[in-house]
Amino acid sequence: MLEIVIPIALALVAAAIAMSFWRLLRGPSVPDRVLALDTLYVNTIALLVLFGIHLGSALFFEAALLIALMGFIGTVALSKYLLRGDIIE
Amino acid sequence: MLDYFLSFLILTGAIFTFIGSLGLVRLKDFYTRLHGPTKATTLGVGSLLIASVIFFSTRGTGVSLHELLITLFLFITAPVSAHMLAKAALHLNLDSLAKMPVEKAPEEKVKKVKKEVEEKTDEIQTDEKAAHVSSEEPAKESTPQNSNEKLADS
Amino acid sequence: MTRLLPHPILTPALAGVWLLMNSTIEPGHILLGLLLGWMIPILTIRFWPETVRIHKPWVLLRYISVLLFDIVMANFTVARLILGNPDRLKPAFARLPLDLTSDLAISLLANSITLTPGTLSAKLSEDRKFLIVHALNETDPEAMVATIKKRYERPLKEVFETC
Repeated sequence: MLEIVIPIALALVAAAIAMSFWRLLRGPSVPDRVLALDTLYVNTIALLVLFGIHLGSALFFEAALLIALMGFIGTVALSKYLLRGDIIE
Repeated sequence: MLDYFLSFLILTGAIFTFIGSLGLVRLKDFYTRLHGPTKATTLGVGSLLIASVIFFSTRGTGVSLHELLITLFLFITAPVSAHMLAKAALHLNLDSLAKMPVEKAPEEKVKKVKKEVEEKTDEIQTDEKAAHVSSEEPAKESTPQNSNEKLADS
Repeated sequence: MTRLLPHPILTPALAGVWLLMNSTIEPGHILLGLLLGWMIPILTIRFWPETVRIHKPWVLLRYISVLLFDIVMANFTVARLILGNPDRLKPAFARLPLDLTSDLAISLLANSITLTPGTLSAKLSEDRKFLIVHALNETDPEAMVATIKKRYERPLKEVFETC
């Protein structure tokens, strides 16, 4: 059962990444692009976790945690830049 | 049995992740687009991570709960980044399908924003006080945008 | 007491996160986690000016379960709206007058609003009296504001602020 489900799930998440990437390239405004980057990192966590289950290896957890931390900081820094024109005051 | 439950969780997670990004493509303005990723993605990634907890805990190598940490972290941070992005978008006066809650001061706008504003002039209320307040705000020189973020309080 | 243990809730929380991260319950790790949970609040006391007091833990637990249920329902609602016709959506901004005053309670309310059905907290007014809320599909913003106040704001006020 898992052997069938995991490739399907991987394909769905890959499609999600492709769509976020489309919004990143297309995005009419800067906040749209930042939002696309935000979605991209969350999707990447999903992809890594799925891949970890697929390979049966828990090694990907640290990578996913790091992406979660860095992605959040990146989004906040970019929004702060849009808001103030500066990151550190 | 466990296999089916795991498959169910993984499929739900993947479908919700997919729908979140689909919202990013399909919806029409920035504020509605913001809803897709912040909601669908948290539950999507959440159920994938719970599937991962169950999968690694039932393999005999002991309980593995550290995926819960990512879930917790995402549930705390996703609303914060959404709030920051919405605030930035309101500050930049992005086009919205809904009526904007922000009082506007047309004199302060750069050319591009000016054009957008002229399309919905009926919503604009010129207010001497608002113009005065926004000229005091320090943030406006570095980014070319309208810096009036005074709320429509009066 | 307050200087040695400035945040009594933060210490066990940090120790719990440490144990989760190592996914173990060995005595050595418990001790190390408690030590870290004790030292980090002392070293970072300048960043935490507000002391947190939970008045009614049971109300908080009920609030969290209501919130989790709402989050799951919110996902189905938003998924249906995204898959439906996007032209038929009626997004709206609404102003939510706040009764809460403490920073923590306001940010928890804003987070809850963002996590639940089709609503998103967009901005806190400078005088901290209003929260701007964006709804994905709402024809009656007044009713939505009333629901939020009743369902989320009242329990938060009970838990974090004495009445």
